[in-house]
Amino acid sequence: MIDPTKPILEVKDLKQYFPISRKFTVKAVDGISFDIMPGETYGLVGESGSGKSTTGRAIIRLYEPTAGKIIFEGQDISGKMSNEAIKTLRTKMAMIFQDPMACLNPRKKVLDIVAQGLDIHHSYDSIEERNEKVYRMLETVGLSREHANRYPNQFSGGQRQRIGIARALIMNPDLVIADEAISALDVSIQAQVVNLMKKMQKETGAAYLFIAHDLSMVKYISNRIGVLHLGHLVEAGTSEEIFNNPLHPYTKSLLSAIPHPNPRVEKTRKSYTYDYKTSGLNYEEGTPHKVSETHYVLGTDADFERFLAEEGKGF
Amino acid sequence: MAEREKVLEIRDLSISFRTEGAKVNAIRGVDLDLYRGETIAIVGESGSGKSVTTKAIMGILAKNGTIDSGTINYTWTDPDGSKHTKDIVKMSEKEIQSEIRGRKIAMVFQDPLTSLNPTMTIGKQVMEPMMYHYGTSKEEAYKKAVELLSEVGITDPEARMKNYPHQLSGGMRQRVVIAIALSCDPYLLICDEPTTALDVTIQAKILELIQDLQKKKDLSVIYITHDLGVVAKVADYVNVMYAGKIIEKGTIDEIFYDPRHPYTWGLLSAMPDLDTDDDELYTIPGSPPNLTKKVQGDAFAPRNAYALNIDLRLEPPMFDVPGSSSHKVASWLMDPRAPKVEMPASLRNRIQKMIKEGVAK
Repeated sequence: MIDPTKPILEVKDLKQYFPISRKFTVKAVDGISFDIMPGETYGLVGESGSGKSTTGRAIIRLYEPTAGKIIFEGQDISGKMSNEAIKTLRTKMAMIFQDPMACLNPRKKVLDIVAQGLDIHHSYDSIEERNEKVYRMLETVGLSREHANRYPNQFSGGQRQRIGIARALIMNPDLVIADEAISALDVSIQAQVVNLMKKMQKETGAAYLFIAHDLSMVKYISNRIGVLHLGHLVEAGTSEEIFNNPLHPYTKSLLSAIPHPNPRVEKTRKSYTYDYKTSGLNYEEGTPHKVSETHYVLGTDADFERFLAEEGKGF
Repeated sequence: MAEREKVLEIRDLSISFRTEGAKVNAIRGVDLDLYRGETIAIVGESGSGKSVTTKAIMGILAKNGTIDSGTINYTWTDPDGSKHTKDIVKMSEKEIQSEIRGRKIAMVFQDPLTSLNPTMTIGKQVMEPMMYHYGTSKEEAYKKAVELLSEVGITDPEARMKNYPHQLSGGMRQRVVIAIALSCDPYLLICDEPTTALDVTIQAKILELIQDLQKKKDLSVIYITHDLGVVAKVADYVNVMYAGKIIEKGTIDEIFYDPRHPYTWGLLSAMPDLDTDDDELYTIPGSPPNLTKKVQGDAFAPRNAYALNIDLRLEPPMFDVPGSSSHKVASWLMDPRAPKVEMPASLRNRIQKMIKEGVAK
């Protein structure tokens, strides 16, 4: 059983490098640490290239992490994994991808796509049981059992994303990594999918790692948020702390870029520019500084004092 | 205020597509006006016909699409001061290619990677339209291309001229696409979801860039988007589309602070607000109608909690909202005989709050 007081996932100083040539290595993720409690939603935000997707992919072991530790349900899944660790990882962690068309096999029926996890792990006794499980899953995500015999191209974008969610949730995972799961969808469909994800979380108690660049949705769905920039976790805290009291200039610039659906405010507002090169900050020298029990910001001691002095100030 | 100069006038435009066995009536009678230097936004769900409308303006409909009826009158002023009006629907493909497309009307597409040629340098791609349309010499085109690139905020433009699209980031690529669109000094710029593929931080920058250029060059801009945040930032006038029809149009303030159509209420309610703590986001129930079938009555009626009996039988005409010359709504609720229906309380509270915020700023 899962201990609700212990984090379900601990990421410690995770590094993910991609060697390009002998001289040049891309440091996509450069030493980030965070943990996720059972049943909570952790939002990971940042611009493209900040390493948020790489983090998600490293955690589910689509990549081989360069350094650092990933502990999932008490087992280390960062290095060479034991057979048992592989089994927990593959059944207890699932992923929802961004593009619902690209991640569903176009030549398979929905029934077989959703049942793939069950098939691999032989978690049924008869075909009827397997199909019944799939039908029930489809119904929980708001599709009907008639949909099971269709192919992915016969569905709309929102429906396809529901299939992706059904596939991710059929093994009853404890942690779901949603990598930009709603970015490719229309606003009205986004709301439907987010509502569905929240509902499923209530029913199954799964934890979510929600990766996105749309901050208004992240704020809405997450309990805690981590802000990534250039492979470093520059600020982390509860969503109230991040949104009401951002300290790091990068977080401030991200927040200032959110479009407000209010023309009178939006017409006059200019977004705030943050440039790492001219900011005088050096992420590699920075260490996490504690602001409150849950709120951390990355920086050197001098940086931290400056952040505090600028606290609450606009741009 | 100086008299507004009309650039584009679309009347009763209907477009259908032939698909396997069925005819899809994608656009069902659209009226649209655009004035010089102004920005209009067309909002709606995917499949509502917003992209098809603008593709008709550019004359780039898919092969199986036909314009069944309507006019697209485009007015421009030549450098010598003479005014011309032409109906794009009646122009031949050759005429559109040499006169309109890329020259007088330019378009910025959603995905900058697919709209650029991966095998050509940036510089060549910016120079090409000028050389094609105006016969500009290579040297002159080169000079102008460098100017354009720096104008759209690309640093070190001379070096960038030799780069290929894959060497640039998404935001930079979209800037290049904008530079290409502006290379022939168009009067009208159509932006089809220009920032959907980009990050929020870059999105704001690109929108601000388009706004700056618009002011500088006195452009008219049509935005197609489903993001109401973008609309709030850029648009002067908003057209809400649903199932191939414009169901509500008005100034930005009218649409955001005094929406009348239940579909617009739904769209506004579905947006996540940074201050909401509601347990569930509002969603519009159901899905858009199948346009292969003839729509009986109001297309939105099956999803509309406020639908009247007449909505199921008769299509509502455009009603003028009392006290406004620009605000028009296609809903039977606006008929004087209809029962009085108020927008949902939660939306009204939100609008109240938005107005207060706007005053405070």
